[in-house]
Amino acid sequence: MSAAVLTPADEGELAEAIRDARGGLRILGGGTRGAGAPGPALSVAGIAGVTLHEPGALTLVARAGTPLADVEAALVEEGQRLPFEPMDHRALLGTEGAPTIGGVVAANVSGPRRIQAGACRDSLIGVRFVDGTGAAISNGGRVMKNVTGYDLVKLMAGSRGTLGVLTELSFKVLPAPETEATLILEGLSDAQAVAALSAALGTPFEVSGAAHGAGRTVLRIEGFTDSVAYRAGRLRTALARFGDATAEDDPERSRAIWRAIRDVTDFADRPGDVWRVSVKPTDGPAIAARAGAEETLFDWGGGLVWLLVPAGTDLRARLGDFAGHATLVRADAATHAELGTFHPEPAPLAAIAAGLRAKFDPRGVLNPGLMG
Amino acid sequence: MEMPAPNPSVLSRRAQIAARLREVLPADAVIDDPVETRAYECDALTAYRCPPLAVVLPASTQEVAAVLRLCNREGVPVVPRGAGTSLAGGSMPTQDSVVLGVARMNAVLETDYDNRTIRVQAGRTNLSLSDAVAEGGFFYAPDPSSQLACAIAGNIAMNAGGAHCLKYGVTTNNLLGATVVLMDGTVTEIGGAHLDAPGLDLLGVICGSEGQLGVVTEAVLRILPAPEGARPVLMAFDSSEVAGACVADIIRAGVLPVAIEFMDGPCIRACEDFAHAGYPDCAALLIVEVEGSEAEIDMQLGLIKQVARGHSPQEVRESASPEESAAIWKGRKSAFGAMGRLGDYICLDGTIPVSALPQVLGRIGALSQEYGLRVANVFHAGDGNMHPLILFDANTPGELERAEALGAEILRACVAAGGCLTGEHGVGVEKRDLMVDQFSAADMEAQMRVKDVFDPRWLLNPAKVFPLAQSQARRAAG
Repeated sequence: MSAAVLTPADEGELAEAIRDARGGLRILGGGTRGAGAPGPALSVAGIAGVTLHEPGALTLVARAGTPLADVEAALVEEGQRLPFEPMDHRALLGTEGAPTIGGVVAANVSGPRRIQAGACRDSLIGVRFVDGTGAAISNGGRVMKNVTGYDLVKLMAGSRGTLGVLTELSFKVLPAPETEATLILEGLSDAQAVAALSAALGTPFEVSGAAHGAGRTVLRIEGFTDSVAYRAGRLRTALARFGDATAEDDPERSRAIWRAIRDVTDFADRPGDVWRVSVKPTDGPAIAARAGAEETLFDWGGGLVWLLVPAGTDLRARLGDFAGHATLVRADAATHAELGTFHPEPAPLAAIAAGLRAKFDPRGVLNPGLMG
Repeated sequence: MEMPAPNPSVLSRRAQIAARLREVLPADAVIDDPVETRAYECDALTAYRCPPLAVVLPASTQEVAAVLRLCNREGVPVVPRGAGTSLAGGSMPTQDSVVLGVARMNAVLETDYDNRTIRVQAGRTNLSLSDAVAEGGFFYAPDPSSQLACAIAGNIAMNAGGAHCLKYGVTTNNLLGATVVLMDGTVTEIGGAHLDAPGLDLLGVICGSEGQLGVVTEAVLRILPAPEGARPVLMAFDSSEVAGACVADIIRAGVLPVAIEFMDGPCIRACEDFAHAGYPDCAALLIVEVEGSEAEIDMQLGLIKQVARGHSPQEVRESASPEESAAIWKGRKSAFGAMGRLGDYICLDGTIPVSALPQVLGRIGALSQEYGLRVANVFHAGDGNMHPLILFDANTPGELERAEALGAEILRACVAAGGCLTGEHGVGVEKRDLMVDQFSAADMEAQMRVKDVFDPRWLLNPAKVFPLAQSQARRAAG
């Protein structure tokens, strides 16, 4: 981080900094996710703090610069958690610093539990942000059912600071489970593995993680102790045709398995570019075959395919036309510039996105060029 | 209800516009006989009516595109309509508008159990989705109380909820992809059977935009495996405050019930008179339902009863059989019918933080006294989505207006308590003018900018959602 980082202390100072900008700003949370356009940095780290936590209403409100660790600590104290299990990008990207809750939302970061509990955007129930004109805008609120006006909450999640700089976020949170266990199947092909994951996700046993990589196919069950034992047992029986699953029922070891999947740690210390492909789960194995990657990890029941390929590989060219999209997550700046970080959108959608950016940031000062 | 004055230029071209519509649609898909268009003069907000210029019933995405392209060129407003069950006037026409009904587009296009999705045309009714996937052991989660009649198109337009949202979320959480036709006739595909779309979350902002950004003709929706079983417990309390506190404690205890329903004294008595469900005579009643295997249900209900005992319930009645479960739900499910028997009513839809339940219920009681109108409360307590029912007599002059004024006061109380005007019904025309109580001018400006991008001429359902004074300049410029 260069010395010239603007660090406003509140929403008013942030608005002023944006109004004063004479060129593009690089919007920063904790700076751990490697995103951002070139230009002077504007950090929200100074706009921090959990402002409300109502455990009986499953609600938490925090300012955007709040370290994710602080949000999680506040929730743990009440036996709750963020449902969407956000990935920590630091190991994979080799970044340092403290991830912020604003950064999580700006990139709509969601982990293995996305298949059951939804993405970050599904738990997000309210936002405050400052747009490119310096106007402070509020949308949604702190209640979990709200259809009053347009849902700009969803629009802001994943907009990577290009429509506005987030200042405050409200979440629906969930009770943390008493325990968890992981069922493990060994030696399945990609196709067999995704079939097993689909079969498991089609049972009523509330599978909250379904992944496959490095020859292991894993399924997670969370809940009350007796319930986890019962459902893991039933699931094992239901999956008998795929092999005899072993159960990891030590919750600490189970958690470690899912942390590694969430953070794609198997790719972290290996050279090459990392891509993330989102497809219909049953298309996952065919995509992996076409990609011919050095290493492949399937999450989300097969629908999220992580691929490790030699540096500079044009993965989109290898994959050709497919229903879904490929995002370049780790590569050098030249590769990002040459191949594009995000999948090209169909023309009508790209036109709408450009139109929205022009309305919310008419001077083009917020992460210009980052999303198109 | 104030509506914008119809565009005289459009009205004067009525016959010509109908003729042009017939050029792009089969003859039986265009209705302009004033007797027949009467059937489309209102939705479930029946107090307000206005026959449209014409009604079109396209049968395909291409026909929808042709209609929109034509109306965009001719400067004719279009009011999209699902099944017409909106309680907020979301599909109420204006005199100069073409109502675009999607009822003929009701096919299930693909059922995919391996990927847990269903692709349907948007005129398909909500409940028929669950019926379509029941044989595979699946269901579609959002369950608005009109689910027998309401269409997925309207569910997406209003981001419909239901009783089971606490666990399964609302429409936006279960919508993966859509075919959307823009006002200029452009057909776009957003998302699909994969779990996230690239770029900005356009589907997220289209869902709940009340038909103002585009017309959804097809949708890819998430289906879920049906639970092994479900069972409710009924708990009676001697005050709404205690019942409200019990709800918060249940949630804190780490159980996630699939539904927590609340009824107050006036509602309980009306339901009892109507349905004879055998409810205890009490000030407040909770119905809490959990899911799982028999043993899992026993365990969760045990925990819930233990929490409830801390609040000295008058009675706790756990279902021991499917018959008893049905009896517990019988009164709740007949609440709206029971209220209808007492007279006319307005059903509100404000949401509040669960912690504010006792305070807001107290405020509603005081307002009810002040206005001299009875209010019964029945709602989804787990997520704070209230449904106060204001009883009035439409035949007494001035009583509807008084009931509406009381409704506005109650909704302002919801906003003041940290909540919102509408949790699942939408703003429509009904709550349009209350938007200023929840949003600043900048907040509304940001929302209207989104419409500027999708529909620059403000022709799609233009007189909804935003107060007319706020949207005036944009509508006039179109």
